Parts: sequence; structure tokens; C-alpha cells
Amino acid sequence: MRLDILNRGYSPGTKLLFALIRLFSRHPVPDAAKLVFYRPAFYGAQAKEFTHEAMRGPSAWPVADRELMAAYVSKVNESAFCIGAHTATAAQAYQDSAKVQAVLADLESAPIGDALRATLRMLGELTREGKVSAQDMRDVLSAGVSPQQVKDALAVCAAFNTTDRLADAFGFEVLSPEGFEAGAKYLLKRGYR
Amino acid sequence: MPDEDKKRAAHRALVDRVLNAEGRASPEQRARAFSNDGLPPPLHTLIGKVATNPAQVTDADFAAATASGCTEDELFELVICAAVGHATRQYEAGLAALAEATVDGEEDG
Repeated sequence: MRLDILNRGYSPGTKLLFALIRLFSRHPVPDAAKLVFYRPAFYGAQAKEFTHEAMRGPSAWPVADRELMAAYVSKVNESAFCIGAHTATAAQAYQDSAKVQAVLADLESAPIGDALRATLRMLGELTREGKVSAQDMRDVLSAGVSPQQVKDALAVCAAFNTTDRLADAFGFEVLSPEGFEAGAKYLLKRGYR
Repeated sequence: MPDEDKKRAAHRALVDRVLNAEGRASPEQRARAFSNDGLPPPLHTLIGKVATNPAQVTDADFAAATASGCTEDELFELVICAAVGHATRQYEAGLAALAEATVDGEEDG
């Protein structure tokens, strides 16, 4: 990562934890995980709480749909690490890699329902332009998405517009396909806390 | 439906942390990074990219910020503030558009 403190500035206890993760997962600790262990009282502890609530807290959106939103927002931001991580996680959650690839390649022709498609379209607009209109929101609501589901999707969008920026600014190292698969398995089992 | 859902509350707590928790950068600097407004060069180049074009951030942007006297811990905080700040503006814009759409819908109905 671009700051030496994010590569080396951890307490002995945290370094031991990283060594155990490497030992048991047989993969390097992803930079996304390292970042939240650096001075966690400043960012990491509360970032984990928020991201976990958005991605795994109560919602009418299944986890797989929320992981797809994370992958899609990351694709719009062109954030390589997060595209890899959440493409793998969404594909495992759906047990359907082709569906996830189709959404990232062309949202309009992908084999998903109208409610999810309208929601992803709105999140893409918000991520690209920084704003959406009331009419954009009416289009989402008329596709059968409830106001609470819109709020839940906006929380996912906020979590990944934050994480994508940090991944690119700090230069998270892109993992091997096997590394992303291992990370996806962990995120589906344990979440973000 | 509660106006303040748990996701929004957890996000507000995150914003409060990065702006107001004990840190190495001053609260004024953190607020400027969060709003991407009013930071001196060369810091404004790095922070502006984090907010609006993060894929374009380079090693040179960090090197210039360090050469101007920022420590790594200050940059850690200011980059986070910029990322959280931009995402917060998007989140609030989305919620405001939803509120507008919902009110209009009730009036129409």
C-alpha cells in the first residue's frame, strides 16, 4: 500500500493475527482487512460496523443482491480490488458466476429482475454523477422497490463509494483469483465485522 | 417505518468518528478534506482525486503531500475523510431524492 504505516505500522498482537490468517487461509491478508486494523478507533472499527449493517443487517434485499450492488458500484468506480472481491462474493452467494458477469458487462440485457435492475441503474447514476433526481427514484419505486429497499441500497452504495476510494487511493494489491475466492468465502461466512 | 434506520445511524457514527475523534490532523483540516474544499496545494490535488477521481491517485501525489510536511498518519486520516465525505454527499443526495419522490407520490395519490 502507498503508506508505509499501512504495511508495517501494526501492534505485535495484530501482526500475530495477520500471521495466523496467512497460516490458516494460505493466502496473504488482503489490504482491505489490513486497513481496518490500522488505528481502528479512527476509522476501522466503525467502518466495519457500518459496512456489516449495510451488507448483512436486516433488509428485504438478499445478501447476494447486496454483494452484486457492491460489485456494480465498484465497476462504475473502476476500482480493481473491489470489483474482484465483490464479483467473487456475489458469484458465490448466487452460485451463479455467469449472472454476475452479465450484469457487469451490460446491465440492461442481464438476466435479473426489473426491481434489481432499476436499483442498480440508479446506484450507477448516483455513483457517476453524485446525484439522482426524484424522477430517477420514482422509476425505481415503480419497478416494485419499496422506499426502505431504496434506503438499504443507498447504504450499500455509500459503503462501497467509501471503500472503492480508499482501495484506489491507498493502492490495495489485487489478489489472485484464488485469493479473491478465499476472501469471498470468508465474507459470506463471517461478514464484515 | 423509522426515519433513522440502523444503517443510517451507523453511517452517522462513522462520519462523527472521522471528523471528531482524536487524531493527528486538526479537526479543521479533516473538515476541509471531508468537504473537498479549502485545502492548500499540494494537498488539495491528492484530496480532490480521492473525492472525484480516485483511480487517478499516484505515488507522486502522496510524495508531494509528504514533502509539504504532512506525516503519514495525517495523510491516512485526510484520505479517509475525503472518501467518507464524498460518499456521504452521494448518500444524502440519494436520500433527498427518495424523500422528494415519496412526498410527490403521496400528493399525486
